[in-house]
Amino acid sequence: MKKNNSRRSFLKNLSVATFSTLALAGCDMRAIDEFLTKNFRVLSKKEKEDLIHKLKISYRKKYGKEFQISDKPATGGELFGYALDLSRCIGCRRCVYACVEENNQSRDPQVQWIQVLQMEKVRGIDFAHANVYYNPEKVPEEGHFYIPIACQQCENPPCVKVCPVKATWKAPDGIVVIDYNWCIGCRYCMAACPYGARHFNWAEPGIPEEKLNTDTHYLGNRPRIKGVVEKCTFCIQRVRENLYPVCVEICPVGARKFGNLLDEESEVRYIIENKRVLVLKEELNTQPKFFYFFGV
Amino acid sequence: MNFLRFVTGSIRIILHGKKNYYYWLGFLLLLLLWGASGYAKQLNEGLIATHMRDSVSWAFYIGNFTFLVGVAAAAVMLVVPAYVYNWKPIKEVVIFGELLAVSAVIMCIGFIMVDIGNPQRFWHMLPILGTLNFPRSMLSWDFFVLFIYLLVNFIVVSHLLYSIFIKKEYNKSLVQALVLFSIPMAVSIHTVTAFLYNALPARPYWNSALLAPRFLASAFCSGPAILLILFQILRKYTKFEIQDKVLWKIAEYMVYAMSIYLFFSIAEFFKEFYSDTEHIIFWKYLLFGIGNNREIVFYSWSSIIMGTAAFFLYLIPTTRKNLFTMNIGAILIYASVYIEKGIALVIPGFTPDVLGQFYIYTPSMVEIKTAVMIFALGSLLFTFLVKIAIAILFEGYDITALVRKKASKEAQPAVA
Repeated sequence: MKKNNSRRSFLKNLSVATFSTLALAGCDMRAIDEFLTKNFRVLSKKEKEDLIHKLKISYRKKYGKEFQISDKPATGGELFGYALDLSRCIGCRRCVYACVEENNQSRDPQVQWIQVLQMEKVRGIDFAHANVYYNPEKVPEEGHFYIPIACQQCENPPCVKVCPVKATWKAPDGIVVIDYNWCIGCRYCMAACPYGARHFNWAEPGIPEEKLNTDTHYLGNRPRIKGVVEKCTFCIQRVRENLYPVCVEICPVGARKFGNLLDEESEVRYIIENKRVLVLKEELNTQPKFFYFFGV
Repeated sequence: MNFLRFVTGSIRIILHGKKNYYYWLGFLLLLLLWGASGYAKQLNEGLIATHMRDSVSWAFYIGNFTFLVGVAAAAVMLVVPAYVYNWKPIKEVVIFGELLAVSAVIMCIGFIMVDIGNPQRFWHMLPILGTLNFPRSMLSWDFFVLFIYLLVNFIVVSHLLYSIFIKKEYNKSLVQALVLFSIPMAVSIHTVTAFLYNALPARPYWNSALLAPRFLASAFCSGPAILLILFQILRKYTKFEIQDKVLWKIAEYMVYAMSIYLFFSIAEFFKEFYSDTEHIIFWKYLLFGIGNNREIVFYSWSSIIMGTAAFFLYLIPTTRKNLFTMNIGAILIYASVYIEKGIALVIPGFTPDVLGQFYIYTPSMVEIKTAVMIFALGSLLFTFLVKIAIAILFEGYDITALVRKKASKEAQPAVA
């Protein structure tokens, strides 16, 4: 009995010693706090408020700016959908850069949520002959058309299924979001996504201070850290406030349409019901809520 | 008390050895330090220090992980023929096989830890504390089965060795039950690891039902290869006895695995090339390169050539039953499977990427160094475990010997 006790107390002392060394080894309280943050989905309202308050303080320290961080949930009456007119898109990439600015994507190294593929008209939609690195003087180029691709906000998202820690999920309004404080950076979701929509912070994101957008959402465009995955959220910080995603507003040819799929009067519903619509890689049964169509 | 003695005694054992033992330790330590310098760079800068990017988002680390899962699985599978053919050193085969499995699983965890972007968040995967996505995510399954496998092997091998150490009969029914349980577990760890890749329809290169069977077949080539060499070293330097006949039997068993592996590969190859769909592009990139991008062609063909050479060396009885050619075959097949899992399995899955774009990946120096670090650590651990096992099994290292030694030491000053 005595023998057992001494072993147990030895182990206990050992674990206490290890823990306190770990705690003291260069960790300030904030780091420990951050380390112990729980998954956003299991937090109570109060815990969310606390967390956001702490996050604001740490952003102020890091960037010297006041951030607005919303955690506004889905209303329940909305299921967001997107439609993009392939006959109008000219491949100017204005959406790409507007998205980068709105959503605080790293400039160095470059992260871009929207990728625009240039395709040949004679081949149709054919990824094997597509090119994202097209760089002519002037777009559109003769004999080509363009497909901008970002997250397709699948109803059956393969990325959510594979995440080992439930750090990514589909919100009730259909937006697939990521908890950047919970993502372990295993990149399994990137292997699973058939659209190349997920992007990894291979290094600490580099954004010039004056370029930071301080109007943010916890699950959207707030600044990220190195080693986590990020993706398009339909501009969750905007659409949950009844604004259009920034790519819709910037598009110079009006190729981008956005709306509530549950609303029979919405533009996206009209397009789906009246135009020739397609989704990418339909055979994979991901059921995208991002539709491509030919307006003319 | 006995346990404390065991710990201190074992530390003494791993710190003492012949000259060659110190050279070996020194060599491993040098590799470890050299590798750690690469890993330090990665810790500091992030995974940008690797050559992985969004297009090729998994690469060398995950390949190494996959390879080592195979090694861990196959090490224990040797228990089956040991029982069936009733080999003499059955207990020893079990012990060394399980020690290899334990070391390999720990290296697997090492490769996962260096691959993830936020290793300090690893606890998010723990039950209760974290939110493990079980049973939906295949990665959570992998975590689960690897952990159980590690636990089972560790319990069996430490119980066996410790029982011999304290000169008590080991719990036969427990050991036998756990050993029998570890056999389907060995199959399942590699199967689940294959399913990790297999069930991603976004990546047609892996989306084949043959992937898991191919994984198992290849593992039964590479895992026993290590043990073949290890058994010969043990036989030479310790009292470990194993007949040539048994080594040849293992080699024969590897030939079956190799022919099945070859058959599966040809079946896959035929299906892809004869169907000639757009998915053939990954195989073309692997075997011939696309345009000027032939960066991994060298890897794939060296793996194929070494594998085929090993196959013929083991198929022909005269070369299989010659220790020299048998050892060459073991090294060749080990290298072949290592390159196949490390490069040829993972990279073409991402090249071209899901949008048809090519990002050309080969491992960066940081990745190679980090891999060397983990292999050095694993080898160090395996060396220590084997050293302790040898002492217990063949050199009479046990509790009475320790007590006797202590007594004689205490007695000495009195005499002086």
